[in-house]
Amino acid sequence: MEATGVTAGGKPVTFPQYMLLNAKRFAERPAMRIKDYGIWQTWSWGEQRDEIRAFALGLKAMGLAEGERIAIVGSNRPRLYWAFCAAQSLKAIPVPVYADSVAEEMAYVLDHAGVRFAVVQDQEQVDKIQSVAADIPALTDIIFDEPRGLRDYERTHLHDFADVQEKGRAAASANPSAISDWEAGIWASDGSEISAILYTSGTTGRSKGVMLTAAASVKAAEDTAKFDNMTEHDEVLAYLPLAWVGDHYLNYAQGYAVGLCMSCPESPETVAQNLREIGPTFYFAPPRVFEGLLTSVMIRMEDASRLKKWLFDHYLGVAKRYGEKILEGRSVPLSGRISYWIGDKLIYGPLRNVLGFTRIRTAYTAGEAIGPDLFSFFRSLGINLKQLYGQTEAFLYVTAQKDGEVRPDTVGPAAPDVEIRIAENGEVQFKSPGMFAGYYGDEEKTRETLTPDGWVMTGDAGIFDAQGHLKIIDRAKDVGKLTTGALYAPKYIENKLKFFPNIKEAVAFGDGRDFVAVFLNIDLTAVGNWAERNNISYGSYQELAGLPQVYEMMTGHINQVNRDLAAEPMMAGAQIKRFLVLHKELDADDGELTRTQKVRRSFLADRYGPLIEALYDGSAEKYIETEMTFEDGRKGVIRATVKVADAEVLPVSNTMPEAAE
Amino acid sequence: MNARIQHVELHAEDDGLNPGDVMLKVDNVSLSFGGVKAISDISFDILKGEIRAIIGPNGAGKTSMLNVINGFYHPQEGVITFRGQARSRMQPYEAAASGIARTFQNVALFKGMSTLDNIMSGRTLKMHKNFFWQVLNVGPARDEEIEHRLKVEEIIDFLEIQHIRKTPVGKLPYGLQKRVELGRALAMEPDLLLLDEPMAGMNLEEKEDMSRFILDVNSQMGTTIALIEHDMGVVMDISDRVVVLDYGRKIGDGPPDDVKNNQDVIDAYLGVSH
Repeated sequence: MEATGVTAGGKPVTFPQYMLLNAKRFAERPAMRIKDYGIWQTWSWGEQRDEIRAFALGLKAMGLAEGERIAIVGSNRPRLYWAFCAAQSLKAIPVPVYADSVAEEMAYVLDHAGVRFAVVQDQEQVDKIQSVAADIPALTDIIFDEPRGLRDYERTHLHDFADVQEKGRAAASANPSAISDWEAGIWASDGSEISAILYTSGTTGRSKGVMLTAAASVKAAEDTAKFDNMTEHDEVLAYLPLAWVGDHYLNYAQGYAVGLCMSCPESPETVAQNLREIGPTFYFAPPRVFEGLLTSVMIRMEDASRLKKWLFDHYLGVAKRYGEKILEGRSVPLSGRISYWIGDKLIYGPLRNVLGFTRIRTAYTAGEAIGPDLFSFFRSLGINLKQLYGQTEAFLYVTAQKDGEVRPDTVGPAAPDVEIRIAENGEVQFKSPGMFAGYYGDEEKTRETLTPDGWVMTGDAGIFDAQGHLKIIDRAKDVGKLTTGALYAPKYIENKLKFFPNIKEAVAFGDGRDFVAVFLNIDLTAVGNWAERNNISYGSYQELAGLPQVYEMMTGHINQVNRDLAAEPMMAGAQIKRFLVLHKELDADDGELTRTQKVRRSFLADRYGPLIEALYDGSAEKYIETEMTFEDGRKGVIRATVKVADAEVLPVSNTMPEAAE
Repeated sequence: MNARIQHVELHAEDDGLNPGDVMLKVDNVSLSFGGVKAISDISFDILKGEIRAIIGPNGAGKTSMLNVINGFYHPQEGVITFRGQARSRMQPYEAAASGIARTFQNVALFKGMSTLDNIMSGRTLKMHKNFFWQVLNVGPARDEEIEHRLKVEEIIDFLEIQHIRKTPVGKLPYGLQKRVELGRALAMEPDLLLLDEPMAGMNLEEKEDMSRFILDVNSQMGTTIALIEHDMGVVMDISDRVVVLDYGRKIGDGPPDDVKNNQDVIDAYLGVSH
């Protein structure tokens, strides 16, 4: 391999190199904060280097060697982040593990990665690992951050983080060249070593260890930091799981590449307060966090005085009309700008402040589809919320939305230096700078994930729209075809339906059928509220679900979805033709949903077979008996005659602009 | 960068006693209200460093016993010896000053004040600067305030209640209020901590948390603990020795296993005709 990066007189190619560089160029700038004892405490890049160095030399004295794996388990604590860099500085490989994993899962990952040391947060993790120590033969020593409760533990193979650092400092004072040797070792790297192994969360089967090489990771982080104009003046709050690629990338990797300041919350419960105190400039959260924020705002507004409520409603209306246009720099009439300016002083500014979003320049969301209204709400307040699409295998970014080119229904064009193609079966495949080097200890899985010509298969089905933005529609294996040959992506349709507040759950059918049909679950809170406001009386969920007015409302929603679908050339053939509103709420207790609230399709197909037939045989209603479990565990049978209704299907027009592919 | 805050240790005062020495001794104590005998002729002791439980059915005289220990009630007969010093009459504030802290069966916090201020109030006895210094809030008074705040933050950290630091306690759920009350008692860095039903009205998870805190207080701060509790499972799990009261009389005393098999205790709990 030819010399790259620093060794060839260029930029750093590993994170420890960046750490040393930042300690020089930003010596006095803040690198790390944590709120402890009620006060934010800060380490500068210079001080952070000293902490990392002491720990690294301590690890070396304990015998950690190049290529050995070291587990990191816990929540977002400065010392755990330092452990990453300390390990990397010795060319050992950090393996972060989800702190909430149960003992068996943890044993699997630690054993699979063959870790020698584990750096953990507290007694809870020590107990957990010690309880499965027999299954992790390679593990010799555990190092803990918080000593609480560990005083009486046997210490032969259990070490306090501070003691390890002390050992490192002792080694440095005993051997005058220890520090310069350590630094020389860091600069000698050409970035070809593995810099981390991130285990996937394992929603489908056993988790896999994604190996990332140093130079590739650094390149990816530099690219995206540049894409979002990040500098050493940026601040982030590290609150997402340490073991998740998003946290490792957005806080650690980008942080080192630009020299920004990372803050760790006081405890997982104080994240919202700490967010307000820090006021990060860069923020990431999955859609459900934004949903929770919106709900909490709305609930608090319910209790506000009438004047405040009126102001809130009025200026939210103004924001909806002009907010996004102003954010994107499009033309807005002067009167609109003035109204928005007043709204910003009265409502949006204070609201952003309460949420801790005052200083945000860039916010991202990803992970699942976000409702267009929810997305627009935050953007209209002047928060630059964007979407990205990524994977652990890509070291996060595959696509990202550019400032000013943001839409709720796409995930944007390919991120810098990323190539994307859509395979025959609709699957998204990519090549990227941060692309993984394979799964650790699993060449077969690696081969399964890579195409013969070296592209990574994401397992997601997607399409490009006319502007070249990627739209993720479903998991590739769930995408089917109707008998008409039209592409059918159940989740895409279901998500569109679920964005209506009145619809809690939707289940689409259509693979191998003539047309698409859906089951709907009403949202009892939203529809119940609506019924109350309109003086519609009902005695039970079942009765409410079967009301003609409710069917009317649902028809309206479905027609809206069909209009949306008809406007998309790829999807127009899969409009919803018939639907029914289920007489009971889908429930995990009845096995209809998983514990994470995902629909279990095959189970539903068995349980509601007659209803599915009714959707396709043209009948107007169907009688069904279903067993259900009450909250106290008793079982009962629920009987109902469920009506089946037709929706309006729009003709597929071919005058739509074709996707530029 | 600003100076990093150093970890401070909370611990009971060194009173010259070694673990296992008798810290508090109750000798033939009787207490009556008018004609009602709440406690009759009870004797037991509390050893330095142990967790001592007082159990018994409703009305057995448990809370009265605690009130006697911390000087709120004055027994008509008997002697209480605390750290070798016998006393018959003592005011609650004297008990507090001598290192005895307590929590109450019904949470007795300042509802309108924040968690932080409530716990800070537990430090009152340890403040040495007088009221005027404190009002001025300069120089030595300020330094003292900071020193106490550090101890309070240590307690907040210990009890994992950072997220409610600034919340008025009246707004908190019951389980958390109990935790704050424990925090206020700990702020005194007591030698002897009296807990009156620390787990009443808690769900299983809250009970587990509270048990953990009690054990940690005992082992890390070296605080001797006497507690009243109804949940037998909890009592048997965490206490070193148990004293059992029934109708104001002592019917059992010893390690949990002995007490569990004591026929009188079984009768009292299962109920026999008197």
